[in-house]
Amino acid sequence: MSATTTAGNTSDIAKLEPVARKSRSLGQEAVQRLFRNRASIIGMIIIGFFTILVIFAPQIAPYNPLEFHSGNDYLPPAWVETAGNGKHGNPAFLLGTDTLGRDVLSRVIYGARISMIVGFIPTAIILVFGTTIGMLAGFLGGRVDNLLMRFTDIMYGFPDLLFFIAVLVALRDTWIGSLWNGLFLLFLALALVNWVGVARIVRGQVLSLKEKEFIEAARCIGAKPKQIMFRHLLPNSLGPIVVVAAFTIPGLIITEAILGYLGLGLRPATDPTSFFITSWGVLLLEGQTAINAQPWMLLAPAICVALVVLAFTFLGDGLRDALDPRMRGTK
Amino acid sequence: MAAYIFRRLLWMIPVLLALAAVTFYLMHKAPGGPWDRDLSSRQVDPNTQARLNEFYGLDKPLWRQFIAYVFGDFKKDGTFACGLMCGNLGPSYRQRGLTIEQILFNPPEDKPIYYSRFGYSIRLGLLSLTFAIGVGIPVGVIAALKQNSIVDYISLFIATAGISVPSFVMAIFLIIIFASTLHWVSVVPKHWDQIRVWILPALVLGFGTMAYTTRLTRSSMLEVLRQDYIRTARAKGLHERVVVYRHMIRNALIPVVTIIGPAMVGLVTGSFIIETMFGFPGMGRAYVQSISQRDYSMILGTTILYIFMLTIANLTVDLMYVIIDPRIRLHD
Repeated sequence: MSATTTAGNTSDIAKLEPVARKSRSLGQEAVQRLFRNRASIIGMIIIGFFTILVIFAPQIAPYNPLEFHSGNDYLPPAWVETAGNGKHGNPAFLLGTDTLGRDVLSRVIYGARISMIVGFIPTAIILVFGTTIGMLAGFLGGRVDNLLMRFTDIMYGFPDLLFFIAVLVALRDTWIGSLWNGLFLLFLALALVNWVGVARIVRGQVLSLKEKEFIEAARCIGAKPKQIMFRHLLPNSLGPIVVVAAFTIPGLIITEAILGYLGLGLRPATDPTSFFITSWGVLLLEGQTAINAQPWMLLAPAICVALVVLAFTFLGDGLRDALDPRMRGTK
Repeated sequence: MAAYIFRRLLWMIPVLLALAAVTFYLMHKAPGGPWDRDLSSRQVDPNTQARLNEFYGLDKPLWRQFIAYVFGDFKKDGTFACGLMCGNLGPSYRQRGLTIEQILFNPPEDKPIYYSRFGYSIRLGLLSLTFAIGVGIPVGVIAALKQNSIVDYISLFIATAGISVPSFVMAIFLIIIFASTLHWVSVVPKHWDQIRVWILPALVLGFGTMAYTTRLTRSSMLEVLRQDYIRTARAKGLHERVVVYRHMIRNALIPVVTIIGPAMVGLVTGSFIIETMFGFPGMGRAYVQSISQRDYSMILGTTILYIFMLTIANLTVDLMYVIIDPRIRLHD
């Protein structure tokens, strides 16, 4: 790789530098490959940007998202000279205002909070449960596997959106439905359905891994089942798990948006100091009512959802390419 | 193999029952009932409500109602009305005199069967699937053959966007562009006999599947491209066209073929948001309406139908994998 030699020129061979390079761990190589992937860098930048919005929403947003600006309702975005309703864009309201004269930009910034958190918290729960159950099912096999997999079949058989709708409609007025403005129930429902996918992938991974020679070797030298699971099977299935996580997050963000759009999920907040005020799904629902007259109310959250979800997909793709051992040594 | 299929089919019964029980419980738990009316319209008076409850058996305890729904119940005159186990999905509480099967499968008068709600959803699903496969496979093949070219990058970007951007957000964009701004189509058409009005919903519905097919075809093609038998085929002097068509595409399409069935089911069952947005007269919109109307048997019947279709699709995927890839074994 470092130089080419022509046959018969043996003296050159002695001058060749050794091609061996510094040894790096699998993880380091994966990180390097990830950072060489332009799309995943863009994804990380977008995710970072929205994470900053989530944390510093009160400092960044120009107004409180619940503040009414009387006389300034239905304003188009600042760059629109005159909108269809005869109103003029006002630079004070960059993305315009909604039906009640609330600043759309501030609402979108605050909406990022719920949408991002809905992506992360249930994913953490899903990963823990899904990995544990999938690994047990794959490793123990037999009756345990059958039981767990039939259970996942049941969960899998449910069209998930229908399940969310049913749960959210049914339990909305109970104490559990009003916890954290209805967010707790949403998290619970999301986690309850989605761990199945993780469990299936981990089980499949473990099933194929446990037939491999290195597990056989570990068994031969007397490794205990616990050691095999945690020292051999878990690290070797981490790649797919990380990738699933990266794809679960945008899936959850989309689900929240759909549920919010159907008027389920988050309850409207009235307290301006509350941490969870609005979400992109709720904003989409509000924007839907004025799709012809004020498309900006719909476009702003829709573009945000699309951007974040795209960013996570880019990152997920990058992670998959980086973690796939078959890619090792290429490029 | 036959034993495996039989066992899986048998397993569908408890799966269906468990899911039906969960749905049944949740929907009865939801506040309100089928006799509630819009606050603006005339209300059903309490006596009538009690009579209706008695007639439909809604006054009985929940578990009793569930058993009546699944197995059947004796009517007042002593005749036995068979339940879910005979394929009866029950009477609708909102559309009097109609059973759920009639609502879903019976077309309006003098119309062929595909004018029923189910037929409309199937037609929309087929149209989206045709679009998804007809565009997805060729684009995926071309992208793989021209890997790392500008064509590849563009199609990959569109595919990634199509997978990640949810269909209803895509619908919002397309409605704003084509309906609100350009006025090419109306958002909610009056009737669905023209082919023009089908384009937008089918496009929106099929976009995700199209993107998925593109990516699957591309990655599968890339894997095939590097196989030794491709090199052999080239080495023995086969025409490039023969190599591509007979050796590459045939092998690369195997994983793609396995997803077609489930994709179809996914398109039919996953369309209720799109159907609602476009005012489409299909099964999905009827389902969403039945939820808000608390039409219990309609919710349950449609859910069971959806779940039935999904389970069959899942089983088909598993079987297809076994048939195609002998390395995968079916365990007990």
